[in-house]
Amino acid sequence: MSVVLEIEDLRTYFDTEGGLVKAVDGVSYTVEEGETLGLVGESGGGKSVTALSGIRLIPTPPGRIVSGRVLYKGQDLLELSLDGMRHIRGRAIGMIFQEPMTSLNPVLSIGRQLTEPLITELGLSKYDANARAHELLASVEISDPERRLAQFPHHFSGGMRQRVMIAMALSCNPAVLIADEPTTALDVTVQAQILELMQRLTEERGGALVIITHNLGVVARYADRVNVMYAGKIVERSSATAVYGDPRHPYTLGLMSSVPRLDLPVTERLVQVDGQPPNLVDLPPGCAFQPRCPYAQEQCLEAVPELMQTVDNHYAACFIADQLGAGAKAGQA
Amino acid sequence: MTEVTNPPGTTASNGSAGPILEVNDLRMHFPVTTGVVFRKTVGTVKAVDGVTFSIQPGETLGLVGESGCGKTTLGRCVLRFYNPTSGQMHFRGESLTDIRGGRMRELRKQMQMVFQDPYSSLNPRMTAGQIIGEPLKIHRLASDPKQSRERVAEILSLVGLDPSMASRYPHEFSGGQRQRIGIGRALAVDPALIVCDEAVSALDVSIQAQIINLLKDLQDRLGLTYLFIAHDLAVVRHVADRIAVMYLGKIVEIAPRDDIYANPLHPYTQALLSAVPVPDPVVEAARPRQIIIGEVPSPLNPPSGCVFHPRCPIAQEDCSVDVPELRELRPGHWVACPKV
Repeated sequence: MSVVLEIEDLRTYFDTEGGLVKAVDGVSYTVEEGETLGLVGESGGGKSVTALSGIRLIPTPPGRIVSGRVLYKGQDLLELSLDGMRHIRGRAIGMIFQEPMTSLNPVLSIGRQLTEPLITELGLSKYDANARAHELLASVEISDPERRLAQFPHHFSGGMRQRVMIAMALSCNPAVLIADEPTTALDVTVQAQILELMQRLTEERGGALVIITHNLGVVARYADRVNVMYAGKIVERSSATAVYGDPRHPYTLGLMSSVPRLDLPVTERLVQVDGQPPNLVDLPPGCAFQPRCPYAQEQCLEAVPELMQTVDNHYAACFIADQLGAGAKAGQA
Repeated sequence: MTEVTNPPGTTASNGSAGPILEVNDLRMHFPVTTGVVFRKTVGTVKAVDGVTFSIQPGETLGLVGESGCGKTTLGRCVLRFYNPTSGQMHFRGESLTDIRGGRMRELRKQMQMVFQDPYSSLNPRMTAGQIIGEPLKIHRLASDPKQSRERVAEILSLVGLDPSMASRYPHEFSGGQRQRIGIGRALAVDPALIVCDEAVSALDVSIQAQIINLLKDLQDRLGLTYLFIAHDLAVVRHVADRIAVMYLGKIVEIAPRDDIYANPLHPYTQALLSAVPVPDPVVEAARPRQIIIGEVPSPLNPPSGCVFHPRCPIAQEDCSVDVPELRELRPGHWVACPKV
């Protein structure tokens, strides 16, 4: 499989009143053609900032991309001029945001918002752009496109707005579609519809899909490969089956066992990850997860573990990842 | 007012003591108005439309449904944040709909609420100690400042916070810790019933488990009764003894927990359960996907007959005409669908 997007040692820092926040701190990953990649973790993990850095949508100040490369077709997107970036955005990477209401312009009709990139970026005539907008709305299963194009965002329900966002993100036929918590604001029945739609469109178009979410169920259902993030770093990476079936990082392990599940018998108590989420201004020494980790040892306080391969294509950033195989899990359960 | 015989839930009674909360044919309709000077009503939103249920002491009733189904409104009606349009509510046999003023304040001491958003539900200008101490002051539960301080310290440790944190302000706490303060504030007056309105929805997975465990521990220790409102079916399953599913202002199914998850009868409950992805790729690959079409219709103009019929996979012609009543199909398992 060929690599469509490669992110190398990305570091994005924010200057805040409390101090320097290393929101993304040395993240590398690749997106391969045709795959669905999951980026999971809790708030503050750095999932969204990673994605926003890739398309250079980090507000500067307070944010700044300190180092790293984002390679698309051999070109480093971080070195492009802002003008050059504008032409790449949407064609290389399409982005779907969490809150469809705030990402759409409330005073412009859907048709106007949908045709704008087609006219300015793809150079279509107004007539062709309109026809294309029809097709796009139909492809995201919005009926009656003629009437819908003349309407405004407030005429649309949450699920419908997210469909419009998907149509918009796909309008310039991007190689990679990044969906940042695409269904968090939606109800479960609508969430299922939107995710099925995104997956179907990705399969049909042959691009790649990156789903950023805190919902482990969504990732399990749709992702081929998974990156788990904690405190600005990727702590575990592998195929979805390996990450879920044989987690090698204590954080992933804790996360998996603390989710209430519908398919398992109810237990009296949920397994909980103790402690509080990391304070990004004041990270603990060594491994960021060490204060909450049940397996923490002395070396965890002294050095930051690197992301290393444990078994075939299964990477974990933990000193004892090798011992955290299936055996350790049985012991914990 | 409609007389409802044998309200759902009474069958799950554990014997002698009556239910702690009884809700009978409750309706909460909000008028929709237009105009600034000459207001006129152009419609009504039937947020809660004929809901009947009861909760036994020490029990947790889970109330699930999608946004706009009326679950929050129902919870707020129970605490009389709203005055219901019609219907009756009884708390330990005493009518909640007729009383007002001092007696209501007295009863509020026994019924408290934990809110969804741990950020906006705590006053940023008050310390954790003041937030938890305020109900003690209002209800005159502490005779002097020293006693109040002691009680605050006791509550802080009860909810798993260090008593020395009493002097800190909300912004110094993480989301999970703030929710602990919110729970502490509810516990300060020693209530019997707590309405938890999406109390863990805003929290991260690892913190959510901590708060769920805390709520369960507190229930065991203090004999609390919960009305647990949430949209996450997996969370509710871990907390509730019985579960009521709401759709557009009505309860469509109410049953003991294991019953409803093993054997959902209403097509909406089935669709909801099938829509929740299981966090295991192997299980997911093998699971059938039943995805229902459309979205929840506007409560301003709900469908005729059964409100679910436009999205229902088994709907027939008469579903758009007749409003289905809750029927008891199995002991304690009530369903509002004539086709199952």
